[in-house]
Amino acid sequence: MTWGETFRTALEAIRSRLMRSSLTMLGILIGIAAVMLTVGLGQGAQAQVRSQINQLGSNLLIVSPGSTTTSSGIRGGRGSASTLTTRDAVALASPVVAPDIAKVAPVVTGSQSLTAGTTNWTTNVVGTTPDWLPVLARTLTQGRFFSAAELNDAAAVTVLGSTTATELFGGRDALGQSVTINGTAFTVIGLLNTAGSSTTTDDDDQALVPQTTYSSRVASSGNATGISTLYIQARSTDSLSAAYQEANKALMGTHGVTATAADFTISSQQSLLTTATATDKTLTVLLAGIAAISLLVGGIGVMNIMLVSVTERIREIGLRKALGATPRVVRRQFLVEASTLGLAGGVLGIALGLVGAQVLPRFIDQPVTIPPFVGVGALGIALIIGIVAGVYPASRAARLAPIDALRSE
Amino acid sequence: MTALPIPYAASSPILRLVDVGKTYATGSVQVEALHGISMEVDRGEYVAIMGPSGSGKSTLMHILGCLDVPTTGSYDLAGEDVAAMSEDALAHVRNRQIGFVFQQFNLLPALSAWRNVELPLCYSGVGRSERKERAMKALERVGLGDRVNHRPGELSGGQQQRVAVARALVTDPALILADEPTGNLDSHSSADVLQLFAELHEQGRTIVIITHEREVAESAQRAVRILDGQIDSTVSSSLMSLR
Repeated sequence: MTWGETFRTALEAIRSRLMRSSLTMLGILIGIAAVMLTVGLGQGAQAQVRSQINQLGSNLLIVSPGSTTTSSGIRGGRGSASTLTTRDAVALASPVVAPDIAKVAPVVTGSQSLTAGTTNWTTNVVGTTPDWLPVLARTLTQGRFFSAAELNDAAAVTVLGSTTATELFGGRDALGQSVTINGTAFTVIGLLNTAGSSTTTDDDDQALVPQTTYSSRVASSGNATGISTLYIQARSTDSLSAAYQEANKALMGTHGVTATAADFTISSQQSLLTTATATDKTLTVLLAGIAAISLLVGGIGVMNIMLVSVTERIREIGLRKALGATPRVVRRQFLVEASTLGLAGGVLGIALGLVGAQVLPRFIDQPVTIPPFVGVGALGIALIIGIVAGVYPASRAARLAPIDALRSE
Repeated sequence: MTALPIPYAASSPILRLVDVGKTYATGSVQVEALHGISMEVDRGEYVAIMGPSGSGKSTLMHILGCLDVPTTGSYDLAGEDVAAMSEDALAHVRNRQIGFVFQQFNLLPALSAWRNVELPLCYSGVGRSERKERAMKALERVGLGDRVNHRPGELSGGQQQRVAVARALVTDPALILADEPTGNLDSHSSADVLQLFAELHEQGRTIVIITHEREVAESAQRAVRILDGQIDSTVSSSLMSLR
């Protein structure tokens, strides 16, 4: 019997028990779809984190107040008062102290209510310096960024993110309009280009003001020099680690602390990426593990059904043997039948997974990226499950003596 | 019978059993189902094997059909000693040399008549178009040329058994082995099937029919009577009707 005929016989056997075959396939189908979606979710989250971190700008070091216990941690136990000040920013910007540092952008943020005419919008107000734009690798669609002179004068000017501008002004031109923040009227002088949104913060929803203006007119507390984050741009990717050392040394000097008592944390894009990816990986492995168990249960379902099928078709097996089927041919027939069930379940599972990858992000606000190798791998796994589940029932069928098989009622 | 080509000499029967015995071990008890069976069937013969249930005729049928191997003795089928063959070789012999007709018909309910008939050819590696052609011919031969696409469930008992006979014929086997072929049929269908066997015999087929019914045995040329695992008597059918 050729492979083609064996396959046809298997299809006929599956078709003649369509209800049962479909339910058997369902086990594999759900397992494969679950594995694909969990891996897709993990990959999507990783890609998202990677693009967010890349958006921060090239050669970037981030100094945050407080320290962490682990070297790769990105979040420190931040104290009630920020330990970073504008003096730190000035010190780091000095080419004598830190020759490998190109630019420094101190940032102080707070949530504020913005008013334009009768429209209100609460967003993140960021006080910073003109270097913010190049350090974070952002661009403007309209207008200009505030100048060093405006920073010195604590001018009431603001640059808005695209989301903020839309929320406040709708479709109207925001440039030159007035926005009230904490009782002060600011003039909109520029609009940021979109950066894409992350799940935690929206980089397109913020209002940038000069740092001096922020501390004198926006901040509710009187801390004029306190800042929340320092963004440091190294001269090049190669000098990133030198810049790290220089920043570390300089900050310990200005703060008067040793390495063990450091009250700040410097992280790089790389360390952020590593941490975020590691977290996502753990989650992905956990979810994929659960999905793999459901796949295993599906495989046991296939084996169970094949065993029932062998018992039920004992006369058919006996007849086929009497008509000249060798044990090998009988074994092959049942193996092909089991692997066809597995493969069909796999194909349908992949289809469901792909549909899920399109539909799911609309409900859970998480991107699902299914890499091509996952589809191919899932198909292989489904086939292997079918074969493994079929081995025992098939060898049982092959071992049946034709007379016993024919005799059974 | 004159038109039949005879590849074997008259002295070389198509089927020869010499001192065949079969012992089953059921637990610690040894059951001797067959003992010292010696018999020959010539090419073109129509032989009935008779005996009450428990006589060992089913065991003999299994051995004749290469579904089982004897414990002792030798069995030559179409010039081959099958007594010591491997399972694979036996499957091959069953496929090429024997056409089975069972009491229960044993047709696959999901397949149409012609697909049932072509089944043995699938296992002997015959191409698809030739299989169909031969299956159609065999079905025509048994008078079911207009029922080729019917499934077994759509056919009467007698028609199903004729499909089974077509399946037995399709490989052009050395021996047609029928096990109680009329056991599940009404008298009209029985007569029909026996008539078919008689015709096949006329055309030179070798037929061995296992039965416990005298009327069925009488349609054969010769009846071998089995009792308690041994051959009790062999009578020609003309003598049988005188008994």
